[in-house]
Amino acid sequence: MSVSDMFIALQGVLTADQDIREEIRKVVQVLEQTAREILTLLQGVHQGAGFQDIPKKCQKAREHFSTVRTQMESLKTKFPADQYYRFHEHWRFVLQRLVFLAAFVVYLESEALVTREAVAEILGIEADRERGFHLDIEDYLSGILTLASELARLAVNSVTAGDYSRPLRISTFINELDSGFRLLNLKNDSLRKRYDGLKYDVKKIEEVVYDLSIRGLNKEVTAEAGGEK
Amino acid sequence: TGSGGFRKRKHDNFPHGQRREEKENVNPSSALMMSFKSFQLELDTRHDKYERLVKLSRDITIESKRAIFLLHRFTSAPNGEEILNESEVKLDAVRRKIKQVAQELFGEDMYQFHRAISPGLQEYVEAVSFQYFIKTRSLISVEEINKQLIFTAEDREETTNMTSSSHDNQPQTWSLKVTPVDYLLGVADLTGELMRLCISSVGNGDIDTPFELSHFLRQIYDGFTFIGNTGPYEVSKKLYTLKQSLAKVENACYTLKVRGSEIPKHMLADVFSSKTELIDQEESLS
Repeated sequence: MSVSDMFIALQGVLTADQDIREEIRKVVQVLEQTAREILTLLQGVHQGAGFQDIPKKCQKAREHFSTVRTQMESLKTKFPADQYYRFHEHWRFVLQRLVFLAAFVVYLESEALVTREAVAEILGIEADRERGFHLDIEDYLSGILTLASELARLAVNSVTAGDYSRPLRISTFINELDSGFRLLNLKNDSLRKRYDGLKYDVKKIEEVVYDLSIRGLNKEVTAEAGGEK
Repeated sequence: TGSGGFRKRKHDNFPHGQRREEKENVNPSSALMMSFKSFQLELDTRHDKYERLVKLSRDITIESKRAIFLLHRFTSAPNGEEILNESEVKLDAVRRKIKQVAQELFGEDMYQFHRAISPGLQEYVEAVSFQYFIKTRSLISVEEINKQLIFTAEDREETTNMTSSSHDNQPQTWSLKVTPVDYLLGVADLTGELMRLCISSVGNGDIDTPFELSHFLRQIYDGFTFIGNTGPYEVSKKLYTLKQSLAKVENACYTLKVRGSEIPKHMLADVFSSKTELIDQEESLS
């Protein structure tokens, strides 16, 4: 094979690669659009009246997630299944965003942390690499960290809306999450940077709880919190 | 307010580690904590594998570099055959390391750990293509390289001193594929070696090799220009250095052509030794 033949063949490979990336980018754009719609919908809970129809908003969000599943289905067909990490960076961001949104919905519904398996199911993907298009663990954890900041915001706004018990429940939840993250040995990468922000969310929520307890705005929990300190 | 002040202070000396350790009202066996324990395991396993691969990649780089240095002695030595054999032994050692990489990556998505091993593989491509050029005066193809990276389990002792313990049901063969991009980057580095080879062969009074080399380098340069910016950024970045190498070889050929007939052969070395210094200076700057 002559040198120029070799380079022609290589150029062909590189062009094919670019075509795949282009296809992936198109689907990811659509996914980002859906993610924005879900986010807009869920942002509503921060408004005073929003606290009343949380279940309704969650219901609507879940409907949107069926669109996400269809779009994910289409994304899977754009590249060879065994080359997930080759194109990973293209959908990394939107996947983390979707994890956050799914985790937020699940939290609002049940006040529990969504499991990796459950998120994968909501998004229509696998939790396990061996079984196909999967949810990378670091992407899952990143999405969960975004949830923490959102909950810090929710704690503040629920006080404004007159719901004084929610911040205490959020506080318990975030504390457990924080303990969970402290079990991990993170490398000095983007996930670690995101994790470093968690302490500020914890702090914010504790301040809200503090403000509530010194004013006796939540009687039954004040006693408990006081005993604890 | 006393307890509030206490809280505040605790936030202030926040640095990780001993933070709020005493206030652990979190149940360590809750579902959430259990799943984070499994995440810890998963992440640690992944990071450990990555570190092992980085180490292997470094070893591959070092060994490949040594093979290249050895091959540079080829032109000056009267016993070229011996040097080729010796370089083959060195490259075999490198391939044994690559076999370990292939074993680590068995059942994994290669691209997940690609960043760890890519530098080593590029250096290997450079070494093996350099040897191939010296032997055959042509460019080794990526298929040819990959053909040599299919390993079988014939050597029992090699597999027993494997560092990883996660290979209970080992398959009989492992293989590693150099990606087209790693191949291209390795070949781009090769041209730098060829430029050195050109200069040193002139120093040895060999006036045919430079012309052969300039022809070969021009082919590679044409190939890279054909690819242009279809490839990733790193490839187009190498194009600049490649152009410089080519210019040096072309200038050497020019000097040989113009002055070769005037200067007695035994003095050619002097003409170029000053040139070599110049090139080395430029190299250290870049």
